[in-house]
Amino acid sequence: MRLLGKRPTWLYKQPVRWAFLAATIALLLSFPFWASRYWIDVGFYVGLYALLGLGLNVILGEVGLFNLGHAAFWALGAYTTAILNVRLGIPTLALLPLSALVAGGCAWLISSPIIHLRGDYLCIVTIALGEIVRLVLINNPAGLTGGPNGVIGIARPVFLGHVIRTPLDFYFLVWAMVALCAFALRQLQRSRIGRAWNYIREDEIAAEAMGVDVRSLKLLAFVLGAALAGLAGNIFAAKMRMVSPDSFTFMESCLMFCIVLLGGMGSIPGTILGAALVVLFPEIFRPVAQYRLLFFGLALAATMYFRPGGLWPRRRAVEFTAGRAARP
Amino acid sequence: MLLKVDNVSVSYGAVEALKAVSLAVSGAEIVAVLGANGAGKTTLLKAISGLVPIKSGSILYDGQKLHELPAHVIARLGVVHIPEGRKVFATLTVEENLNLGGYGCAKEEVQKAKARVFQLFPVLKERRRQLAGTLSGGEQQMLAIGRGLMRSPKLMLLDEPSLGLAPLLVDQVFATILQINKDGVPILLVEQNARKALSIANQAYILEVGRIVLAGAARELAADERVRQAYLGGVTYERRLRAKESRATGNTPDPRG
Repeated sequence: MRLLGKRPTWLYKQPVRWAFLAATIALLLSFPFWASRYWIDVGFYVGLYALLGLGLNVILGEVGLFNLGHAAFWALGAYTTAILNVRLGIPTLALLPLSALVAGGCAWLISSPIIHLRGDYLCIVTIALGEIVRLVLINNPAGLTGGPNGVIGIARPVFLGHVIRTPLDFYFLVWAMVALCAFALRQLQRSRIGRAWNYIREDEIAAEAMGVDVRSLKLLAFVLGAALAGLAGNIFAAKMRMVSPDSFTFMESCLMFCIVLLGGMGSIPGTILGAALVVLFPEIFRPVAQYRLLFFGLALAATMYFRPGGLWPRRRAVEFTAGRAARP
Repeated sequence: MLLKVDNVSVSYGAVEALKAVSLAVSGAEIVAVLGANGAGKTTLLKAISGLVPIKSGSILYDGQKLHELPAHVIARLGVVHIPEGRKVFATLTVEENLNLGGYGCAKEEVQKAKARVFQLFPVLKERRRQLAGTLSGGEQQMLAIGRGLMRSPKLMLLDEPSLGLAPLLVDQVFATILQINKDGVPILLVEQNARKALSIANQAYILEVGRIVLAGAARELAADERVRQAYLGGVTYERRLRAKESRATGNTPDPRG
């Protein structure tokens, strides 16, 4: 093997993909400099939902656990940030890892007894969990959550002396997090853990009979997905400077579910694309205000009909018949 | 004694699928468990590999209490379960399926085991990049067995390997089972195809609605009148045999024998 002049193989193996990735990054970086404030804000929400979608993608896409209560973990992250910042004055950005930890820890507590449930049974329990968390927040336990009004007056995050306040700042904050998480999840996807998750999704019993520790790996996925939602909660709380139970409804959980299904289960770029569509679609159709949700529903139905695997399903190199290579 | 199943009972809710079943597998033999649909054969294997909990009794493997261990730990002990209906991962490639069989093993071991499996089943090597779901039934069964071999099993639990296969392929699969056993892997084989199973097994048990009704050396069971009646086709089978013989000698027999 030549050591000198060793060229990186990835560059000429998949030039189109790398060109596409470079173009996407360039677009995302330049976007806030030519778009209006309004659209920068929309861009922020795309990033926020991408983060939430990536979290749910681990649970729903990689392992196939139906979780329709993901907003609960988002709420836990947001309220952790809000309460600790307002009461104890801990800087918002410093609460970023703590929010993830609290959401992940709660996910571990909550999901430990229910992780053995399958398919729709788990789905129903997670719907209930989402509602329980929302109702607890409304009922203001120990005067902590402020009831229906929520918690207000969250301090702006400060990053290396720079106060993050404008839509531009938040845009970059959230997309930096998305980039970081997407990269980490991609590495995880290709690891032994990622493969085991996919085995569980395909056939739980067969995976277990092959020596895969199904219970721990399912729990790990749940905790990791919830921790990502906790991160998103922290950024959301910092951006809104207030949190209230209205933001974490069942509808939000459904939207996140749609993001993953729309993009393609287990596909990281698909999830980001799904988030972009779910956020952008209602914005684009704002002129036909009251019918825009109708269009959204039609678009979702059409996607499921024409591309049942999602818009950007995960690619794997396989052959269908001997000799003829194909990519599904 | 490598595996000792002692008075094991299993229930699904109110239905008792296994009633105080005892059996043993020793050394490097093939032990066949025969029985009709719903006799509890699959449940027995699932109980051993930890996929269903047992209600009472004990399962000892190499001195360890298997019934107290979770399924994935049992698999890592080298007790490999090859489930009924093959259960290959249809959306993964052949090679990925094999890699899964070696889940948790060192990389070099996986490579070595894979080479061994490809030697045993050359067709899998040809199709390594193909999705497992696109293989034929026989190839899928080979893949399922190959996947089981990836962990260098110390005991193989084989559930209905002949299920849904053409007669020619059944012969091939059984020849492979015999080969694997010759290489030193004890096999607990569950089958409906009693004649085939008895032809390769050393010991055999007959299960009827959750109970062992007959046990003994496979050769003796094959000669047993009750077994011939119930599992080897009995009178009809003898008649068909006779018809075959007369066809061979050129006589045109009555189609009913």
